[in-house]
Amino acid sequence: MKKADRRRRVPLLELAHARSGDKGDTANVGLIALKPEYYPILVKHVTAARVARHFKGMISGPVERYELPNLHALNFLLHGALDGGGTISLKTDAQGKVFSTALLRLELELPK
Amino acid sequence: MKPRPATVRIAAGQGFWGDWLEAPYRQVTGGPVDYLMMDYLAEVTMSILQKQKSRDPSLGYAKDFIPLMERILPIVAQRRIKITANAGGVNPRGCAQAVAEIARRLRLKGKLRIGVVTGDDLLGRLDGLLARGHELRNLDTDRRLSDVRDRVVSANAYLGAWPVVEALGRGADVVVTGRVTDTGLTLAPMIHAFGWRPDAWDLLAAGTVAGHTIECGAQCSGGNCLVDWERIPDLAHVGYPIVDAAPDGTFEITKHPGTGGRISVAGVKEQLVYEMGNPAEYITPDCIADFTTIRLEQKGKDRVRVSGVKGRPATDKLKVSIGYFYGYKAVGTLVYAWPDAYKKAQAADRILRQRLVDLGLKFESVLTEFVGADATHGPLARANAPLDHLPEVQLRIGVRSPDRAAVERFTREIAPLILNGPPSVTGFAAGRPKPEEIVAYWPALLDKGMVEPCVEVVDV
Repeated sequence: MKKADRRRRVPLLELAHARSGDKGDTANVGLIALKPEYYPILVKHVTAARVARHFKGMISGPVERYELPNLHALNFLLHGALDGGGTISLKTDAQGKVFSTALLRLELELPK
Repeated sequence: MKPRPATVRIAAGQGFWGDWLEAPYRQVTGGPVDYLMMDYLAEVTMSILQKQKSRDPSLGYAKDFIPLMERILPIVAQRRIKITANAGGVNPRGCAQAVAEIARRLRLKGKLRIGVVTGDDLLGRLDGLLARGHELRNLDTDRRLSDVRDRVVSANAYLGAWPVVEALGRGADVVVTGRVTDTGLTLAPMIHAFGWRPDAWDLLAAGTVAGHTIECGAQCSGGNCLVDWERIPDLAHVGYPIVDAAPDGTFEITKHPGTGGRISVAGVKEQLVYEMGNPAEYITPDCIADFTTIRLEQKGKDRVRVSGVKGRPATDKLKVSIGYFYGYKAVGTLVYAWPDAYKKAQAADRILRQRLVDLGLKFESVLTEFVGADATHGPLARANAPLDHLPEVQLRIGVRSPDRAAVERFTREIAPLILNGPPSVTGFAAGRPKPEEIVAYWPALLDKGMVEPCVEVVDV
């Protein structure tokens, strides 16, 4: 059996919920495991680099990640996400409110 | 000395200026509470208020606060509920005066004391501060404030809980403040009620976490909650959150019985991570709270217990929120219908952009979004959307420029597309978009010693 066959694609939406907001030109996305046992999966697979790839073309700066094991949550800072942010931004989502569900579009490749 | 209470109940009434007008009334009538906390000030609100004050020196505060006080003052006076609100904006004294007038009209003379917290407004002191070497560099870009000094329209230091504590200690029933932090408005009643000390960092951090949890109103009691959203009951009558706090720094988040919404661990978690930076360092003027130490527990229906919060000493700086004139922007929209709705909108965008080029107009930025296809999730959405079959698409195009004339000219290029662009277009009933002044946000730090909060307490 090929390695790819032993893996399955799982939408992040099935593992986590999220809320996002803004600080200047940075959007933050808090990603919260739906069950405590999903948290280690998020820690392992939803890395800052993976999230930066996911949002390629949508953000101009780097991605930072912080861990909140007590809340089974990760916090991502997406820099340069809001076209200048706040009042400057021309975006519909000038305050980064729906970067949350945009992150949940991510699909993880997990072992079967 | 009055005995310390066993618990204190602090109700959130407004999560921002413009929040549900019914919420504060329902909070003071729906069950027992000791305090009503209301947050009115977002980052750019101060500059809007400063502009209003420059036109009329008696304005510059959250005007909605006055009719609200008219509605609830008789109730809160009777029930001995105290109010903390940063509705004072850039004119807390004017706001307090207006509240006092209302109170007298309601025959509450002699029955109410109003506290006023000022000292946050640095607009008149900026040149002095700059001259003394306080550069007020932009926290995001590191630029010196002197680069934009002539365009500054507002400058306010974020004050913490302590001036509000002082007002409460001097018997204020209603405390009206300028730029006091959202969290400070909740923390102050706890410090006042329980006699917490200025270096009790864990307790101050706990009160700060309580403040963060309820500062956005219903956003922790079922509003804007993604988890299980379709089954959150009766959002039409959503109950705003209440902190039920104990002297040891533990507290429970709850809401009045019979109200809608839901208070769950998952929902509280969503609010805790909202607008979060480094969770181990949530910095306020009062302390540094470590959000990685928070423990949550569902204690019952609509009741979440929060414990374990650790804090560290406050820094020696205050954050300063500065508003400065940046330029102009305008956003225009048109709606294209099936068939080929997306293609038509794309074609209209190309035509419009060509016309802007032909006119020789220069913009700092031109942004196109296709609402219904990619406005919220960009390329992530386009990759999955049935772009050829969308029933309708809204073309949304915005421009930004330091040059008002360029933005003004842009606003006249939208409507012509109805007759001289791609077909099946509608949705222009609102008319030509208006150029908008942009007042941008400039966050900075300032030594704490340079800011002296001022507290006044007056009888009505």
